[in-house]
Amino acid sequence: MSDTQTFLDTLATRSQQRAGEPTWIAARRQAGAARFDAMGFPTRRDEEWKYTDVRAIAKGNFALADNAEFSQAQAAAITLPLDAYRLTFVDGVFSAALSDLDALPDSVQVMPLSKALAENHEAVGGPLGRLTGVDFSTFAALNTAFMEEGAVVRIAPGTVVEKPILLQFLSRAGTPVMSHPRILVEAAGRSEATLIEHYVGEADAANFTNVVAELMLDRGAILNHYKLQEAPIGDLHVASIHVEQNRDSRYTSYNLNLGGALVRNDLISDLNGQGAETNFYGLFFGQGRQHVDNHTKVNHNAPLTFSNENYKGILDDRAHGVFNGKVYVKRDSQKIEGFQSNQNLLLSDRAQIDAKPELEIYADDVKCSHGTTTGQLDADAIYALRTRGIDEATARGLLTLAFAGEVLEKVALDAIAERVELAVAGKLPERFNLAGLVEAAAALND
Amino acid sequence: MLQVNDLHVTVEGKEILKGLTLTINAGEVHAIMGPNGAGKSTLSAVIAGKDGYEVTQGSITFEGKDVLEMEIEERAQAGLLLGFQYPVEIPGVKNIYLLKSALNAQRAARGEGEMPAPEFMKLVKEKLGFMKMDASFLQRAVNEGFSGGEKKRNEILQMLVLQPKLAMLDEIDSGLDIDAMKVVADGVNSLRAEERAILLVTHYQRLLDYIVPDKVHVLVDGRIVKTGDAELAKELEANGYEGIEESVA
Repeated sequence: MSDTQTFLDTLATRSQQRAGEPTWIAARRQAGAARFDAMGFPTRRDEEWKYTDVRAIAKGNFALADNAEFSQAQAAAITLPLDAYRLTFVDGVFSAALSDLDALPDSVQVMPLSKALAENHEAVGGPLGRLTGVDFSTFAALNTAFMEEGAVVRIAPGTVVEKPILLQFLSRAGTPVMSHPRILVEAAGRSEATLIEHYVGEADAANFTNVVAELMLDRGAILNHYKLQEAPIGDLHVASIHVEQNRDSRYTSYNLNLGGALVRNDLISDLNGQGAETNFYGLFFGQGRQHVDNHTKVNHNAPLTFSNENYKGILDDRAHGVFNGKVYVKRDSQKIEGFQSNQNLLLSDRAQIDAKPELEIYADDVKCSHGTTTGQLDADAIYALRTRGIDEATARGLLTLAFAGEVLEKVALDAIAERVELAVAGKLPERFNLAGLVEAAAALND
Repeated sequence: MLQVNDLHVTVEGKEILKGLTLTINAGEVHAIMGPNGAGKSTLSAVIAGKDGYEVTQGSITFEGKDVLEMEIEERAQAGLLLGFQYPVEIPGVKNIYLLKSALNAQRAARGEGEMPAPEFMKLVKEKLGFMKMDASFLQRAVNEGFSGGEKKRNEILQMLVLQPKLAMLDEIDSGLDIDAMKVVADGVNSLRAEERAILLVTHYQRLLDYIVPDKVHVLVDGRIVKTGDAELAKELEANGYEGIEESVA
């Protein structure tokens, strides 16, 4: 049996269980399945997947979860300590019990996709799939074939959403399951919001998450988008994030990857109107045999658009990182600025990074730069720390935290910065737990 | 406390120290002066344990222990602390992290537990005040973007928090204006104690107006050629190193 057939069989079983749904959804689902079947899973012969082997997904046999049971206490222990509007999904299934939309103003809609479809499916059908079609990738096609849950966020013009909107995806241990969340955000003109995707779960989980997010920013909209991926170490995680930016909008992505056995993120911004600005900040930390692949692309489709990208990778043990960042400038998109930087830190001789920055420019009046560096820790700095009585392992730990710090200091939400800082510091090699230091610094601020 | 005996050191095959002998007792402040290239910085680097310095002969003992057998961090934990001539910038490592981890490493080496956070913060704030440094320094990366004076003050701040048994200060006066020099000197003077020793390595006498040494050594071409009291430094200031070199020759 081919790899795709296992998934198609699961889909067929699911379709039989499903009650009637709007014809457009059934049609898209079919198109997704057909495209998935035709394309098959990518192999290393595909340029876009040259460094990432997805056989762990292709050969897997994943069920679909049918409930969202998760203990309140356990959820409380792993959830981000934030005052936020919160939607929680457990293995892809919406959990009303672990969600909280109290005091959500009328100018903001936050709801599970299932509810949005039930209430007004036509309002969903227009935007959904507009940015991420089934042709984008096998995984986007697969997501479309299976999509039934996720989040819909609509922000009315001029609305400033005071609290972050937190989409929390919990992964459970047990029989491996898959989920295909679909996230749709429509940020109207001059609105302002912070969206958080948080992936976390039980330590022994080994599930497959295949999320597609479509984010639409109308004129002057501001969206800060945090993706904190600290999925269980056995999880497989694929994400496709497409952003459409109209005039004067500003999108900022904080793509923070700590977990997962196999992780692939595709992040794409289309800068379609003058004055649009996109910022990509990324941090990936891999250890053991983790594989973390970030593919980013900025499309400067209009003149006077701006992009700024800074990705940092830290790889220990036999971890493998991939950074592929592309800046594309459409013909005659003059006076654009596109800056990109990727720095990687290898903590072990067997860690590996494949870094590929790309510029593709079809205009002559542009400011673009890109650069990638890969290195080890600074020997002079290690010496300086050791002369203060700090042992070598701790010195290396401090310097690793410092390397991450350059991206972390961009993170405006302390709860997220601290989570990453603690994860990076706490996970550092051997003996010394730097957590106490992090807390001391926090105490100073109090 | 510190005993350096007939120390010969080569750097990249070239002999820099050629039989240096020096004894420092608790409670004393020593100054080593000498012309450029005499080996002043080599001495402190070897004592601190920097890579690239090969000891071909002689010994260094600290409180009876063989320093050359100790790891870099063990030397610091034992109370041997070097203040750098050119403090290293450590982007991203906050001063507060450095101070806390250094202090706790020292305490752990003595078999003591971590200093509780409130006590630690109280200690650090007091020392900051003494060095006329703003609390914001704690949240800044170690030496990154610091002026020359700020870097030197930061070195002394570390000394004040870590309270070494022997503080070695390598050209701590270089790059300081007179106000900064006074602050730095006050910091160093506050370290003077019965149980502690200080070793100043300096090119100029100026610093010694503020930190008056018990003993002054003149280092020329890898050897100590003359030892005296604070008056010797003034002589050097008046006559330069040449007179000394001639008298030795």
